[in-house]
Amino acid sequence: MGPLVPDVIGNELNFIVAIFVGIAFGFVLEQAGFSSSKKLVGLFYGYDFTVLRVFFTGGLVAMIGVIILAHYGLLDMSLVYINPTFLWSAIVGGLIMGLGFVVGGFCPGTSVCAAAIGKIDAMIFIVGSFLGVLIFAEGYPVWEPLYKSANWGNVRIFDTMGMSQAAFATLLTVMAMGAFWAVRLVENKVNKITDYNVFNNKKYIWLTGFACLLGIAAFLLPDRKEVLMNEATLVPSSHLQEMEITSDELAFRIIDKERDLFIYDLRSQKDFEKISLPNSTRITLQSLFEKDTQKLLGVSKRMNIFISDNESEACKAAYVAQRLGFKGVSYLKGGFMQFNKDIITYSETQPTDNTVSIDTRRFRADAVKAFVEIIKESKAKSANSGNKASKRVLGGC
Amino acid sequence: MNKTEYMNPYFAGVLLGLVLLATIYITGRGLGASGAVKSAVVASVESTAPGHTADAKFYKEYKTEHPESPLKNWLVFEVIGVVIGAFISGLISNRLKFKLDYSPKSSSKIRIAGALVGGALFGFGAQLGRGCTSGAALSGMAVLSTGGIITMMAIFGGAYMFAYFFRKLWL
Repeated sequence: MGPLVPDVIGNELNFIVAIFVGIAFGFVLEQAGFSSSKKLVGLFYGYDFTVLRVFFTGGLVAMIGVIILAHYGLLDMSLVYINPTFLWSAIVGGLIMGLGFVVGGFCPGTSVCAAAIGKIDAMIFIVGSFLGVLIFAEGYPVWEPLYKSANWGNVRIFDTMGMSQAAFATLLTVMAMGAFWAVRLVENKVNKITDYNVFNNKKYIWLTGFACLLGIAAFLLPDRKEVLMNEATLVPSSHLQEMEITSDELAFRIIDKERDLFIYDLRSQKDFEKISLPNSTRITLQSLFEKDTQKLLGVSKRMNIFISDNESEACKAAYVAQRLGFKGVSYLKGGFMQFNKDIITYSETQPTDNTVSIDTRRFRADAVKAFVEIIKESKAKSANSGNKASKRVLGGC
Repeated sequence: MNKTEYMNPYFAGVLLGLVLLATIYITGRGLGASGAVKSAVVASVESTAPGHTADAKFYKEYKTEHPESPLKNWLVFEVIGVVIGAFISGLISNRLKFKLDYSPKSSSKIRIAGALVGGALFGFGAQLGRGCTSGAALSGMAVLSTGGIITMMAIFGGAYMFAYFFRKLWL
């Protein structure tokens, strides 16, 4: 599951990746013609819309790719860098960059590209941008209030606009198609080309139709996450009985110090802090779709046990985990409440029903003593271990 | 094939999108450019006036975010790659040449001044807007970041707004 850094690719190797990414980036920009300021600013005077075509196509391809990867659980979006939103600095900064674009004829990426093939104006632009950053750094206290005002956090546009991701992506794609068509008309008018018919190429129409169809399909198909969550609520627990584990079995395995035992606790943070079992970690149902939890679940030959207050949450989690393809999944029958009653606070004087055998009662009487120590140890351990959750990648310029 | 012809823009766009997608999948972050300039600025100031970087707030904040050397930065390596990649592209398409591009109605002096001022504005704006056309607009669009998309609209909207006043530079 992506991102591959830092687990599959280490942080140092990531710098080598950066060079290769840069080579590909620079190559494509230069091939597209972004090393010429005349071509770049053509966008703003209507004679050459190359920038819009390349930029919009690139953005769409990446956006759709990201959505698809996340949809199939191949990319954990909670770890991907989402540019933070600071409303006013984004607007004012953007306008200043727009002014810089028409005055200087480049943007930072394209200027590097153009300088690499010998454009002197681009080299001067880079010197200029160096000065611009220096001015920003030196006068930082002056613009800091603007820089930090209206912090909306790492919000995403479809949430801001209150629509689904697929709906927004479809809308953006349709807008791009419209823009591609419109800019051709503008370009022809400005450049006084009259014999060019936008619709003369059947291939483009087929491609556009196909793209629209894909967009609509994506819009109609529900998210895999939603599907699994819905299924989990509908599956009758009788279907999941083979994944059950009883309080006694779990207690026995814990006392036996089985090393492959791992417990996922779905109770609230407060309850978890109060009392937790050894080798357990607190999760939420949602986190089953995140990289950290999946990493734990994926350890081979591990016995993954879900527990919750009563069994229903754990049951759902076990179902989802199994459907996600993880092995050795089970859930605690009767939930933590039952476990508490059967083991942790077991008392022989408690009236027990006759289904509990003499052997079980004897086991529980021993277990209750052992668990006093076990719980104490587990508490000390969890207090010592810090939170090791993976963090969002720090990106941006 | 004409050696100096540019690639079909849609094809180039698809390639650009795939590069960006691969970057996000592998590293969890997008592309960028202006961040490398920032690293260079911080590194230069650090080496010429180390006392100043210890005092001024901007450098202190930078230091807490990037405890390592400012040049040991992902974007610095990426931009080194951009230089190599663009050079290779220029080489195979026969476009390597020292040249100052300017409109026939303009002059080389005006172009140099424009590039310098434009660069400064862009550098400043990219700091304020937390990223440039690559880091905020393109990468922001790919992950559907609200801030990235607002910055993108502001960059292009601003450019259209001001374009009329600078038409003599280009047309």
